[in-house]
Amino acid sequence: MSPAIEARNAALVAIGAAAIFAAIPMFFGDFAVYLGAEILIYILFALAFNLMLGQGGLVSFGHAAYFAISGYALAILLTTYSWPFWPAFIAAIVLAGIAALVIGYFCIRLTAIYFAMLTLAFSQLVWAIAFKWDDVTGGDEGFIGVAVPVWLVEPSSFYYFALGTVLVAGTLLWVITHSAFGRVLRATKENPQRAEFLGLNVRRVRLVTFVISGTFTGIAGALFTLFNRSVFVESAWWTKSAEVLIMSILGGVGSFFGPALGAAVLILLDRAITEFTQYWPTVLGIILILVLFFLPDGLIGLFRRKRAEDGDELGDADPAPSRTPAE
Amino acid sequence: MLTNPMFLSMTILNGISIGMVIFVIAAGLTLILGVLRVLNFAHGAFFMLGGYVGWQVAEVWLDGVPGALWIAAIAAGLVLAVLALIIERTMLKHLYGREEYYQLLFTFALVLLINDAVKVIWGTDILTIAHPDSLRGAMDLGITFYPKYRLFLCAVGIVVAVLLWLLVSKTRWGRLTRAARMDREMLSALGVRVSLVYASVFVLGAMLAGIGGALAAADRSLYPGMDADIIVRTFIVVIIGGLGSLWGAFLGALILGLITAFGTVLVPEFELVLIYLMMIAILMFRPWGLLGREEAR
Amino acid sequence: MLTIRDLGVNFSGFWALKDVDLDVSEKSRHAIIGPNGAGKSTLFNAITGYLKPTTGRVNLDGQDITGRPPHELVKSGLGRSFQRVNVFQDLTVFENIQAALLAHHSRAYDLFTPGARLYRAEAEAILEQVGLKDEANRVAATLAYGKQKQLEFALSLASEPKILLLDEPTAGMSPRETSEILDLIVRIQEAQGFTLLFTEHDMEFVFAIAETLTVLVQGRPLATGAPADVRDDPEVQRVYLGGHASGGKDAA
Repeated sequence: MSPAIEARNAALVAIGAAAIFAAIPMFFGDFAVYLGAEILIYILFALAFNLMLGQGGLVSFGHAAYFAISGYALAILLTTYSWPFWPAFIAAIVLAGIAALVIGYFCIRLTAIYFAMLTLAFSQLVWAIAFKWDDVTGGDEGFIGVAVPVWLVEPSSFYYFALGTVLVAGTLLWVITHSAFGRVLRATKENPQRAEFLGLNVRRVRLVTFVISGTFTGIAGALFTLFNRSVFVESAWWTKSAEVLIMSILGGVGSFFGPALGAAVLILLDRAITEFTQYWPTVLGIILILVLFFLPDGLIGLFRRKRAEDGDELGDADPAPSRTPAE
Repeated sequence: MLTNPMFLSMTILNGISIGMVIFVIAAGLTLILGVLRVLNFAHGAFFMLGGYVGWQVAEVWLDGVPGALWIAAIAAGLVLAVLALIIERTMLKHLYGREEYYQLLFTFALVLLINDAVKVIWGTDILTIAHPDSLRGAMDLGITFYPKYRLFLCAVGIVVAVLLWLLVSKTRWGRLTRAARMDREMLSALGVRVSLVYASVFVLGAMLAGIGGALAAADRSLYPGMDADIIVRTFIVVIIGGLGSLWGAFLGALILGLITAFGTVLVPEFELVLIYLMMIAILMFRPWGLLGREEAR
Repeated sequence: MLTIRDLGVNFSGFWALKDVDLDVSEKSRHAIIGPNGAGKSTLFNAITGYLKPTTGRVNLDGQDITGRPPHELVKSGLGRSFQRVNVFQDLTVFENIQAALLAHHSRAYDLFTPGARLYRAEAEAILEQVGLKDEANRVAATLAYGKQKQLEFALSLASEPKILLLDEPTAGMSPRETSEILDLIVRIQEAQGFTLLFTEHDMEFVFAIAETLTVLVQGRPLATGAPADVRDDPEVQRVYLGGHASGGKDAA
């Protein structure tokens, strides 16, 4: 696919999805609006996360940290310190980026398995601080009653704010993925040794990726605070980090939009299944095992395979995930 | 407080006993990591499950029987070994050679399943196992009295370390695991069923976690979700000790135990933060851990 | 241009390289030969920042580059290609070269310019030069082995090296592929005027293109000089070349 056609297709997908999301408050009640907002936030979280996994080949198991840091920071700045909205919103996101810079500095020096362990360890530190520091974070009880600005109180107004933010942030992520940096990042993923010998400082490329990903995760985290008007310590818990990883795999890490699809599907499944049973983790575990064994390219892979069978797309006969080029 | 020699020596012993329990888990994790190159997120859940199986045997089925805890610990080891064998043979082995996050997420799926299973079978109440009669009470160490059972846990850690070291360095099986670390193809060229070496390592690691879980359950409490804290501490031990290094894990566990014990006394709310500061300090100077070697680029 | 003094690499008590002094002069074609295990790859690894030398210094154009990381070496004009094929398997041939050009032109941190649009003409020129133009849109992994080696070479060219280190450029190639890539390497080296330092097992090839030859035996340089002189050196004859020398004579 030529870059121009690819960009056009991506724009069509984004506009189509945005139109559907925009229509939800007009046709459905508050429940759908809440659900839609939650899905939007997780779409952004998954897209930000997949910049690292899909493009950079970096398996973070601690992305909940940046989600939670920004979420708590926004709550504290708005409520405890009564900051005006925009400075607080931006400061919270920047703080997530700074946290990613500091934590990333240590993590990127290590490879693969070590990297995943260390990202998890740091995110549990964030959790422990949020849990223990109750004067500031509300600890176990959570930070309840965030001073959300009046213009965001109405569910549909928050909803459109979230939609706009996710669209802007998603577009930026798409641009970054397809930028010169994105190209170089893919090269470092595929063959870090060779990339070094092209004159690339692989560690620095990875650190920049880490910071970008952490910052965009921070946007999702800040939105989540506005959405709940409270922050709970669970947002830093390791299952949150696993969830976003599962969303990405479920949708397909090899494609830009895969994780977004995965996020939407997983949240809908969660809502549907928790209606019937409290054992959502078991269901999630089973889904996860099924995806790992039977859907290595994720849901997006299903579409691709279908298209390849119909003869729309050439090549890609090898279904191994590492061979799937990013869109 | 710490100027009091009695208190100081108790804190040190607390640190060692905490460290030795973590070491038993970390030893299995690091063995699996070194040989299979699989990061087993479920290792903390194995430990937790071992605790619950031990509780079931010691407190329900054999309640009041002398030596119930020892039988419980063996039972926990066996249950975990069988479970690990089934998991490895039917599922995990098909994921070797895939990108790391497949194995990582697979073991995370096990975490989810085991946690729910524990909730279904044993509920969410906090459970404990009674100390065996022979190890009840405290021992007079001259400077201080100290619970016999914790001294026993320290001894378990040291025995496990020595046995594992003998196993890895002195037996044919140990040579095979070391060869598997280096070069899998060479091993299969020697006519060794590589997959059996892998399975045995996974089973041994899980068995250790199971036994450790049952023995530790007599010293601390059991509750669903306890595995998250355990696995993170275990990861820290392996990270600071050096990936795949047995003595590194031993050293890391001792350091972690001591910092936990002293941290709990000095900065009670934030002992975990202290542990991270220590980890960061070590990683600054030795990114591959105290006894670890840099991975080949 | 490249000067190496007293270079040594010690692997837990064993000197894989010792007392290596080497001067590679500008725009020359300098070959390192030696039996298997002589330390050729270790030498390359020590020069290119993969191994930290135990002793000695490496200088490039008067600049001390000892133990510097690869990406800095590339920026100061040193290129390297690998014995095993080492390209970006999942990218197309064109994208491979483009990535190399982006790195070379310091666009690695350009987050907003579409990567696909940059350096297209330059990438095409390089592909034209190495004869991979027809394969531009194929995924690298699907190329034949010889073509992958060509791509590997092309990647190194993209960073416009002053000196290029080639580790066994013809390893695993058929005789026809070997002569093709040789022609290519010499042609481009002469056109662009960079220095070439290479290791090679094929003596015919070595005597055909090398201007200077260093024989490495057990981690130590045995002789350095013009190919003909080195070939006639009785010590080299005895230790290493033996029967190969006659083959070289025909080619020379």
